[in-house]
Amino acid sequence: MPVGVLALQGSVREHLDLLERSGGKGIPVKTLRELEQVQGLILPGGESTAMGKLLQDGGLMAPLAERIRRGMPVWGTCAGMVLLASGIEGEETVHLGVMDMTVRRNAYGTQRESFSVRDRIPEMGLGEVPLVFIRAPHIVHAARSVRILKTVRGAAVAARQKNMLATSFHPELTAETGFHRYFLDMVEEAGGSRMFTAP
Amino acid sequence: MEEQKKERAEMNRNLAQMLKGGVIMDVMNVEQAVIAEKAGAVAVMALEKIPSELRKSGGVARMSDPRMIKEIMEAVSIPVMAKVRIGHFVEAQVLESIGIDYIDESEVLTPADDMFHIPKSDFSAPFVCGAKNLGEALRRIGEGASMIRTKGEAGTGDVVEAVKHMRTISGEIRRLQLLPKEELMTAAKEMGAPYDLVRWVGENGRLPVVNFAAGGIATPADGAMMMQLGCDGVFVGSGIFASENPEKRAAAIVRAVTHFQDPQMVAETMEDLGEAMSGVAVSGLADRYAARGW
Repeated sequence: MPVGVLALQGSVREHLDLLERSGGKGIPVKTLRELEQVQGLILPGGESTAMGKLLQDGGLMAPLAERIRRGMPVWGTCAGMVLLASGIEGEETVHLGVMDMTVRRNAYGTQRESFSVRDRIPEMGLGEVPLVFIRAPHIVHAARSVRILKTVRGAAVAARQKNMLATSFHPELTAETGFHRYFLDMVEEAGGSRMFTAP
Repeated sequence: MEEQKKERAEMNRNLAQMLKGGVIMDVMNVEQAVIAEKAGAVAVMALEKIPSELRKSGGVARMSDPRMIKEIMEAVSIPVMAKVRIGHFVEAQVLESIGIDYIDESEVLTPADDMFHIPKSDFSAPFVCGAKNLGEALRRIGEGASMIRTKGEAGTGDVVEAVKHMRTISGEIRRLQLLPKEELMTAAKEMGAPYDLVRWVGENGRLPVVNFAAGGIATPADGAMMMQLGCDGVFVGSGIFASENPEKRAAAIVRAVTHFQDPQMVAETMEDLGEAMSGVAVSGLADRYAARGW
């Protein structure tokens, strides 16, 4: 079974390309039927309000949350991190709400405050890699069971809780394959295979 | 300094990548902006009058009141765009100073310069520009635009021009892909576009920035058609707030653009939508906005 990229909106193509370049194979996921065909899912960058609305309208929200709770590996980048969070600062409702952390949306401000840095992430076994923050969120509070993998400018921007990975930044906008290989490892550890075998 | 500028340009293109597969909606006040965000818009375009009203009222159309734009920026969490007149670099400076997420140098407003566009690379704020053909798109990218949209014919509710511009750009890209290297310089000369960008498009078979459809999209089927024609997302200007039921139509167009390859899903979104904007046929128009831009 392949790895999926939630394809309602956002940086879908970029994730699919990097999955392929990382030795895996991904398929776009828009419907419940497509969700059933994958053994891991990437929630891409984009607008979390738009994706949340489409998840809800398409009847995907509850089944996806359920699969994640049952252990399907999932990785949210930027908007994807917001979708996973169990708390969103200043908002009453959340989306999937599966990962025990509270995030702040647009934590750095408007596009004027978007930035990129190069840094190491020893926690993920990564040397110096580019970290691109586009109107990014960050984590303001996390439960004990959430392991913070990276802090930038004093704020937590990458975290892992069991089968769930969240990053404020966008590896899919760079040529760096390290993050996608890390996620494919998570999928493999969960009992899946890296390669897509056509049915 | 050069390095910083390059990095900023890259991040501005990146923001457009985040909008892909989504719908950007024209809104005239906070209330409409909130409706658009709830309906699943990926961004809003703040302006005082939607194009269909600009058409009716005539006169000189200019940048909107910065206060109204700031109120919208405070009311929604999605990116906010706003329009400046073609060539009006001070209107662009003003928008940049209030921290706008994207500037649209737009033919919908009355041009401020009948020869030259804004030198967009001088700005740290990103720009989106309209184009009717590949040459025009590449000239704007050469000037620093980090996102392109087809011009279509704004404020008409008639999709014919958006289709024409999308097909024209795609056709010209395909042609460049077939040309041998030695013919690319002459192609660049003929289309009035920078050679390095012409070569890039020939090698990669796409524009180097995200390309949305705009100008006349009024129904979910219009949105899905533009997606099937190969654009990355859709702008809906007058189509939503000049229609009978904006909330429902906005959500329907969002859903149809996401599921553009699934006619059954598009059909579902089109049930009981109420009246679309009445519109005017482009064929009978005296004043074509798409002709503005050089």
